[in-house]
Amino acid sequence: MTDAPAAAGAASGPASGPGPASGRTPQDYETAASRESAVAAFDVKAKSPLDHFQHFLHANPTAAPIMVLALSVAVFAATANNFLTAFNLSLIIQQVTVIGLLGAAQTLIILTAGIDLSVAAIMVLSYMIMARLGVEGGAPDVVAVLIGLGAGLACGLFNGALVTRMRVVPVIVTAAATVALLTLAGLSVIWAAPVGILLGLAAGGAAMSGKLPAGPSMQFRLPPFIATLGAWSIFAALSLWYSGGQTVRSQSIDAEASLLKVFGLRVEILGAQFTYGSFLMVLVFAGLWYVLNWTGWGRAVYAIGDDKEAAELSGIRTDRVLLSVYAVSGTLCALAGWAAIGRVGSASPQSFAEGNLDAITAVVIGGTSLFGGRGAVFGTLFGALIVGVFRSGLSLSGFDPLWQSFAVGLLIIVAVALDQWIRRVSA
Amino acid sequence: MTDDVTPVVRGRGLVKRYGRVTAIDHADFDLMPGEILAVIGDNGAGKSSLIKAIAGAVQLDEGVIEIDGVPTRFRSPIEARNAGIETVYQNLALSPALSIADNMFLGREVYKSGFMGKYLRMLDKKHMRDFARAKLTELGLMTVQSINQAVETLSGGQRQGVAVARAAAFAKRFVIMDEPTAALGVKESRRVLELIKDVRDRGLPIVLISHNMPHVFEVADRIHIHRLGKRACVIRPGDFTMSDAVAIMTGAMQPPEAAAA
Repeated sequence: MTDAPAAAGAASGPASGPGPASGRTPQDYETAASRESAVAAFDVKAKSPLDHFQHFLHANPTAAPIMVLALSVAVFAATANNFLTAFNLSLIIQQVTVIGLLGAAQTLIILTAGIDLSVAAIMVLSYMIMARLGVEGGAPDVVAVLIGLGAGLACGLFNGALVTRMRVVPVIVTAAATVALLTLAGLSVIWAAPVGILLGLAAGGAAMSGKLPAGPSMQFRLPPFIATLGAWSIFAALSLWYSGGQTVRSQSIDAEASLLKVFGLRVEILGAQFTYGSFLMVLVFAGLWYVLNWTGWGRAVYAIGDDKEAAELSGIRTDRVLLSVYAVSGTLCALAGWAAIGRVGSASPQSFAEGNLDAITAVVIGGTSLFGGRGAVFGTLFGALIVGVFRSGLSLSGFDPLWQSFAVGLLIIVAVALDQWIRRVSA
Repeated sequence: MTDDVTPVVRGRGLVKRYGRVTAIDHADFDLMPGEILAVIGDNGAGKSSLIKAIAGAVQLDEGVIEIDGVPTRFRSPIEARNAGIETVYQNLALSPALSIADNMFLGREVYKSGFMGKYLRMLDKKHMRDFARAKLTELGLMTVQSINQAVETLSGGQRQGVAVARAAAFAKRFVIMDEPTAALGVKESRRVLELIKDVRDRGLPIVLISHNMPHVFEVADRIHIHRLGKRACVIRPGDFTMSDAVAIMTGAMQPPEAAAA
């Protein structure tokens, strides 16, 4: 940014003083507007250092999280024993992998001014499908993983359909009918449910391309908060139903479907232990950074979150973009589920009860505005790391775990307050 | 009006009904090449329906619109935009958190050529920045510090300037501007009026909807006065006073016969 005086000098642009059209003497009030034409320029105010700081944070949404992360690492390095070791720092990265991935999925939704309360439920449902198919269904590892990812995609599309004007009736009818018929025919739920989901997806695709009747036009456009609150319960119930409430044990996964735990494998680099899951997380963030900043789709995501009506008027097909955002987000949740099996070892339908709130926490601390259109996906990675650093640092300093929650709560409030201040940036 | 020139837009017998309400009642409309045509009318006179019909946002029940002599019917604003008609909406339709360059190309991004653009859909940011800068400079608007600045850091007039520059940059036929000075102070209004004239002087006809009589009388070449769903008359600002225009608009004065045609 250039400094204010220079801009003010340039601002007195080409302003002439034309009178009204000729042919008649202009009346007094008609010329009044022309009189000030010598100063007809856009004003540029002088800025204080605080204004400059505000503008800096406004232009660089990841700056604040990076500063907080650096500061917290520095403070805990000085105060906590064994904090600043390669092993501990890499352990923090391992610990935030799953929440980081969920946060990445959540960031996409929040950038569109939505929120997805069901991210953790999608993740659990997806990994339960992967684990049961792989272990008890006898599916090849790759098939189990792909079907699990498909389930995440289906859940995302379901949410997306609720918040847009997309028609979901053929999808749900196909999926439900398939599951019912296959179960009646004696097929186990382990296979019936995934097949139903896949056929439902196929029906949805066919309906969208006009090969199937699209069904009644239900213009849902529900508020994302409520729609995904409902979806959360539905997906959680489906995971319990599909898994029969049973955990798939670690040894069984090792024996039957070891690919499911690939993201738990570790590599040691200079005393630091990284899992493949950590690399996956970094890759996902890099990929999202690219599509959000370097493609038209990314611009559309920001524009929709910023001002949906303006985006629509600019020619963006907002419903399509929104649906794709939820679809990508759902798939990322399933990917997080794959990583979660590696991280946890087993697959339990009861795990990650707070995963959803932790993901939102990472997004908010990462500087992405809950009002949409502002923020950066890498902020969420830093947000997740900040939470990890605080938890690790406080625990190594000997604080009771309750102070970890306290600190995280404080961070959220500070982050939201900062966001409000940054959003008030003015010319 | 001169008959030997093909109007950019020629509407005849336009009708739009909403249930029992007739918003446009056999209205006519003409936009000539290279002019600023102001459209004024009382609230509820149907001028915004008329403009929306021309911009493709409203579907007419009757009547013909010819664009450059060709009968045309736009089914959506996107179709109108593809035909080279740009609209500057009253709320500007800008995305505040995105940069000036991003906003200029919102919904019509330019991709890189070659592998990166074709398979990775990579935006050609440099091209878009250069284009945006060139367009803003042409209109004397490069007082903004940086083309990468977020639109929300601009003043109201500067935002209006960006919206006008965007319309001017992409319009092939004409530009519709809805109340471009309504939200602005005196100085910023002046600057925007200059801008509107600049755009006209580059050969783009402009349809200007405004409630601000001094602004209308200053920049308009002709004034289309809309009353009770139809065109009452078209006047030249030099021939009538503002009070006359307001009188015709409200029905206190009979529209002049000669100009009505």
